[in-house]
Formats: sequence, C-alpha cells, structure tokens
Amino acid sequence: MSVLAYIEGLGERTLYLVRDLGRMSVFLVQVVAGLFERPFRLAEVIRQVRLIGAYSLPVIFFTAAFTGMVLGLQGYYTLRKFGAEGALGSMVALSLLRELGPVLTALMVIGRAGSAMCAEIGIMRNSEQLDALECMAVNPFRYLLAPKLLATLISIPLLTMIFSVVGIFGGYLAGVVLLGINAGSYFAGMEQSVAMKDINMGIIKSFVFALLVVWICTGRGYFVHQIRGAGFGAEGVSRATTQAVVLSSISVLLWDYLLTAILL
Amino acid sequence: MSNSVIEFEQVSKSFGSQQVLSGVDFAIKGGRTTVIAGASGQGKSVTLKLILGLLKPDSGRVLVKGRDISRMRGRRLNEMRMNFGVLFQGGALLDSLSVFANVALPLEERTSLAAGEVRQRVMQILEQLGLSGHEEKYPAQLSGGMKKRVGLARALMLQPEIMLFDEPTTGLDPEKAMEIYRLFLETQQKFGYTAVIVSHDIPKIFNLADQVIIMGQGGAKYFPSPEDIQRSSDPDIREFVRITMGDIYLSKTMENDYEQS
Repeated sequence: MSVLAYIEGLGERTLYLVRDLGRMSVFLVQVVAGLFERPFRLAEVIRQVRLIGAYSLPVIFFTAAFTGMVLGLQGYYTLRKFGAEGALGSMVALSLLRELGPVLTALMVIGRAGSAMCAEIGIMRNSEQLDALECMAVNPFRYLLAPKLLATLISIPLLTMIFSVVGIFGGYLAGVVLLGINAGSYFAGMEQSVAMKDINMGIIKSFVFALLVVWICTGRGYFVHQIRGAGFGAEGVSRATTQAVVLSSISVLLWDYLLTAILL
Repeated sequence: MSNSVIEFEQVSKSFGSQQVLSGVDFAIKGGRTTVIAGASGQGKSVTLKLILGLLKPDSGRVLVKGRDISRMRGRRLNEMRMNFGVLFQGGALLDSLSVFANVALPLEERTSLAAGEVRQRVMQILEQLGLSGHEEKYPAQLSGGMKKRVGLARALMLQPEIMLFDEPTTGLDPEKAMEIYRLFLETQQKFGYTAVIVSHDIPKIFNLADQVIIMGQGGAKYFPSPEDIQRSSDPDIREFVRITMGDIYLSKTMENDYEQS
C-alpha cells in the first residue's frame, strides 16, 4: 500500500511539474506578446528601470568592488608562486567579464528586485487587483508585466557592465595600490588577453539571466494561487517569493554553465 | 428568458475533487437587480468569476447577452468585458496608484479621451460619491468604506450595462453599509445598469432585490422575487430562511407544512 502511495505521490508531483512548466511557458509567451501591444507604457518602463536598475547600483558597486579586491588578492598570491604576477590584470578582467560579472549581478538583482517583483505581483493576485485589471479589459501582461520584462532586459546588462568595470578597479586597488604590482603591467596584460568575444559572452549571459530572473520572479507571483501547498494570503506570497529566489538563482547558475559550454 | 442578459446553462465547475457547481441553470434579466445568496463555499464568487470569464466552466455554457463568454479570448473577451463594471469585495484598487489614477485608469486605457476630459469626468464622479479632496490619497490611506466608494467610482467610469457587486458591505459597519446601499440605489437610478449582487447581508440585501438566486449543494434555485423565498416549500430553502433571517420571515402557512413534514 505504501509503495502504491509513493508511486501515486510521484505521479502527482510529476503531473504538477509538467503543468507548472506549461503554465510558465504560456505566461512567458504572453508577457513577450504584451511588449508589442499598444499603448506602450514608456513612463512605466522608465520607472521600472529606476526600481530594478538604478536602485540596485549601491549593492552592485559594493559587491563588485569587493569581488574585484578578493580576486586581486587571491590572484596575486597564486600567480606569485609561478612568477606570473603580471598576468593579474588579465585574470581579474577575464573572470569578471566572462563569469562573475553576469552571475553575481543577476544574483544581486534577484535578491534586491526579483523578490520584490514576485511579492508585488503575488499581493496583487491575492487582493484581486489582477482580476480587476482583466475585468476593466486591461491586459495585465501589457499593462503590468511587459514593462518589468523590458526594464529588466535593459537594467541587468547595464549593471553587469558596471559590475565588471568596478570589479576591475577593485582588483587594481588590491593588486596595484596595496600589493605593489606595476600599474602598467596590470592594464597591459588585460589589453592583450581580453578579446571582444569575452565581452560579448558576458553581455549574452546577462540578457539570458535577465530573462530568467524576470520570468521566474513575476511568474511565481502571478501563479501564487496555484503553487502546490503554498496556501493563501501572506503565507502563499512568502512561499512564492522564496521559490522565486531559489529557482531563479539555480537557473542562473545552471544556464551559466550551459552558456559557457556553448560560447567558449 | 428573452430579455435575459446573463444565462447559465447546465454549468458545472470543480476545483480538484471539490465540486462547486453542478449543472447550474438560471437567467438574470436585464435592467433589474439580482441578488445571489447562499452559505459560504457554495460557489457565489465562482459564479461571478464565470460571468466575467475569469474562470471557465468544466461543462455547460455561460451566456452574456446571448454569447458564450467562456469560449471567448483576446479582443472579443475584452470587448465583452467592456459591458461590465465590478465592485470587488476589498475594492481591488491598485495599491501603487492614487485614488485619481485608479478611477482614471479605465478611461485612460480603454478610451482615447484627452487628459482634460478624463480629469473632468473623474473629478465629477468623485464628487458624486463624496470623495472630493481625497483624489491624491493612496488606497492604504483609505478606510474600508472609502475603498468601496473608489471601487464603485472606477467601476462606473465606462458606464457599464451590467454591474457586479461581490459582497459590497462585508467588513463595513451598519452605517457604512447603508451608505453603500444608498449609493447603489442612486447610481443604478442614474446609470440604469443591470445589477448582480453577491451578498451575505440577509435579509437587508433582499430590500434591493428584484429577483433572487440561492446557491447551495452545487445547485442554484431561482426566485422571481424575495417574497417567493419566504413562500417556498423547499425544505432546504426554508432551513436557509430560518437560519439567515429567523423564524419571523417564514410564511405561516408554509411553516405549518414544514413543521408537519
């Protein structure tokens, strides 16, 4: 009997996963379609860029500076063993542009803005605000979600570039100012080893991560009432937000590997 | 049935293993006030969502002005929804918008009126509903009664043919509830809409009703007038009247029959 119950539970979970994936896929198509519906809400897109992008700047600066400094420190002591301190600039820049910039920026935005997006949409679902929009014949995908999608697609790549630049100067601070590496060799090594391909890889990753973040975070909020075992009200929103943060963080790391394998 | 604006034909709806509606049939006549009553969990709010096309029935048809709303999507569904105004239980005002922006939303999104015209119309309806001076406030700064009035103002902006009220007085004190009823009567007189009210506020709500639908055990029972409920010989309905309205509302003749049975 317990084996049967186990199989039944497994089947139920599988069906839920398939249904959830289907729901989320249709949701993404509807949000993207919302971008092309008129009237276009430019003012709302700008407001969202401020909320998702501009307000994330302090945390991005802070994370980038210390990531760059740690890379500078670790890189210096590792490279010194091989007498290759001059390669520190290349190592810091390539690590940031290809991997750490896009990934850490996406993770920071998930924590700061993604969770907020999920909670906002979830509360709107629970308090019937989304139903109210539909009843007024206002498409919530165009009115509410498409501006968030576009704003995230603008913000995350820009924040990623800022992250990489700030990180490179963090590495400079640790390697050149604190440990005494020659400033010329720090930047010259970088100039020789960083190719456009490396910068493009970071930019492509940041666009993919932006799509993942906005899709998962808003989708979990939108379907807060259909999340298995999430309950209703504040508890439901809390569970949905946790799921949004965990799922989008895991997806970013998973896609980072896949994209690296494809783009390298 | 010819002047019916909303018709349910053998409508069934379930959520998982819970059957909420089972083969429900009723018709709501145009220009009149229909009250949908029943105990909690009997499918009243689900009925409203089916009328609005927010939920699809598992089987059966939901006809609005003769067309099946449950089969509509996209533009056709939006066009049909333009016939509706809805006052949600908690007002369902958009938290991030001011009172003015909430009320102006349907005009800004669904019409091509100039900003000056929108402003004039919004200010006019806010004044009619006693909300002048509150237009810059946000929903979090409003009382429950004010939220409902703002919700009513927003619902009336496009002058709908059909107004749906989901528990319009729930959570309000008796004075505020009377205020909402007064506004309902005033606005219905002015705009001449068909009203569908889902309410627990029995027997008060029956004073507004032309016809009544009682939901229970997956089905719906239609009564051409509130008095017909009191005259009903159906044991379930008589029990409902006894519980919600008290013995005094039961018809004496029928009460004897009921006691004998």
